Amino acid sequence: MQIVLQQIINALSLGSIYALLALGYSMVYGIIKLINFAHGDIYMLGAFCAYYVISLWHFNFITALLTAMIVSALAGVVIEYFAYRPLRKSPRIAVLITAIGVSFLLENGMSYLVGSNARSFPQVMEQVNYNIGGIVISNIQILILATALILMVLLQVIIKKTKMGRAMRAVSVDPDAAELVGVNVNHTISFTFALGSALAGAGGILIGMYYNQIDPLMGMTPGIKAFVAAVLGGIGSVPGASLGGFLIGILETFFQSIGLSAYKDAVVYFVLIVILLFLPAGIFGKNTKEKV
Amino acid sequence: MKANLKYILSWLVIMIAGFYLINALIMVGVIDDFIENMLVTIGINIILATGLNLIIGFSGQFSLGHAGFMAIGAYATAIITQHVSTELGFIVSLLVGMALAALIALVVGTATFTRLKGDYLAIATLGAAEIIRNIINNLKITGGSAGMFNIPQLCSWPTVYILVCLTTLVLMNFIKSKNGRAIKAVREDEIAAEAMGINTTKWKVAAFVIGATTAAIAGSLHASYIQTISPSNFGIMESISILVIVVLGGVGSMTGTFLAAVVLGVLDTVLQNFGALRMVIYAIALILIMIFKPSGLLGNWEFSLKNLGKHFGKKERG
Repeated sequence: MQIVLQQIINALSLGSIYALLALGYSMVYGIIKLINFAHGDIYMLGAFCAYYVISLWHFNFITALLTAMIVSALAGVVIEYFAYRPLRKSPRIAVLITAIGVSFLLENGMSYLVGSNARSFPQVMEQVNYNIGGIVISNIQILILATALILMVLLQVIIKKTKMGRAMRAVSVDPDAAELVGVNVNHTISFTFALGSALAGAGGILIGMYYNQIDPLMGMTPGIKAFVAAVLGGIGSVPGASLGGFLIGILETFFQSIGLSAYKDAVVYFVLIVILLFLPAGIFGKNTKEKV
Repeated sequence: MKANLKYILSWLVIMIAGFYLINALIMVGVIDDFIENMLVTIGINIILATGLNLIIGFSGQFSLGHAGFMAIGAYATAIITQHVSTELGFIVSLLVGMALAALIALVVGTATFTRLKGDYLAIATLGAAEIIRNIINNLKITGGSAGMFNIPQLCSWPTVYILVCLTTLVLMNFIKSKNGRAIKAVREDEIAAEAMGINTTKWKVAAFVIGATTAAIAGSLHASYIQTISPSNFGIMESISILVIVVLGGVGSMTGTFLAAVVLGVLDTVLQNFGALRMVIYAIALILIMIFKPSGLLGNWEFSLKNLGKHFGKKERG
């Protein structure tokens, strides 16, 4: 029982980071129907940004988190403006290839600028382990979980309660109709990218603290796993993406704990294929039929 | 057949002439080991990219898992030729790799192509390739994540040259056949094609299987020529670099793929010392092409002797 609870704690910390990433995927896909391959790399940018402000200027956790989120949000908006906006009316495959290009650019650009070696993430705070009835939980795990949950609630409030959130929902349902009733579609899409990228940036600093290690290619695999999480939860749905993230975290930790950690990536991809085949709309998604 | 005999013979002559030209240049010393290496890499990339172009450009399905099938061919050759290091062993390993890749592509294809399309299909094929890579990474027979070394070099540039010619011939004939037209119909409008009685899933899967088989051929050549392989050679990055060749040359143009593979191969050699910067340049090129010329360098234009003949014929007459 203790082992199970311990693994659940670990799974939740990892899952919350996937969930943060998955939210960005889900929102962007919901609004412009694009698998933003570069999303995982924005998370890498967030991690590197936090790395530099912490090690050079000795920022504390909150300020480093905010800086990483702001820088990532800016990066997201810039990428959308230069790479995706000119292709708004192009076939979806063209946009997808562009997204792959952007991802490639960020990964290799970062490798070129800072070198491709992994570097250790500076300690923002002393790690303290609490022992509650045999279950070890560190303050960093609590911090990750709390930050992720606060950000998710905040996002839900922005989407459901604010004017911009309503515009986002309107554009994701029907961009043309939204434009007709006076929604600025371009601003709304930029805002969505900013929001999603800020969450990815937050995920970046959290994963840096969790694994203590960052490198320019770190975004690749988690990026795809987060996409799996978004699909699992039902793409376009905020609670779905959060749930999907936690489920992928649990799945991965489970396979790690039964000694099959070498196959944990394969399992996630297998889940992806199975979901795409049998439940393409995900857990919370809406099913849409193709019309002639 | 008879009407086309002239063109078939002309192509045959061009291929043989190309072979002897390279041979002569090597004899004279114009092509040294360094350039020969470059030519072989270009050849392997041509096989990979023409196969992917069949899937993306002609059947209109987006696959991001090409490197996974390349890995199957590469590992088949590496494992078999380490035990039987003769020419025959290489040929057997080539065939085994092709058969395995075709089988896996058939399973993956039938499972995914019936239900998925567009970006979901891309991510599913990417997932399938990563599963293959993950399994190779964990098996003992494949040497795990360290990969395999000292694979006997049983193929040299003539093998690569002949296989480039053969795969191109097979692919072009397939595209120009009745079945090829069915595949192109599926690309243009799936629902209309289905209404015309084309079994769309069957032909999409067929294109995918043929593409995967050519990827396995390229993988075998790669393993045997380079002599070292590891699972990290066949990741997402490799699939994307093949995609870059297809997109740059023109989605739906085999001539474009040839051109792009040659241009990128030469650029690769020239920019070898730039390392990561080279990849940055490729990434920017990919984005700019998509924004300004999404059809690639040649669009879907094909070089054909027949049209060339007509063109000159017209000039002479008029």
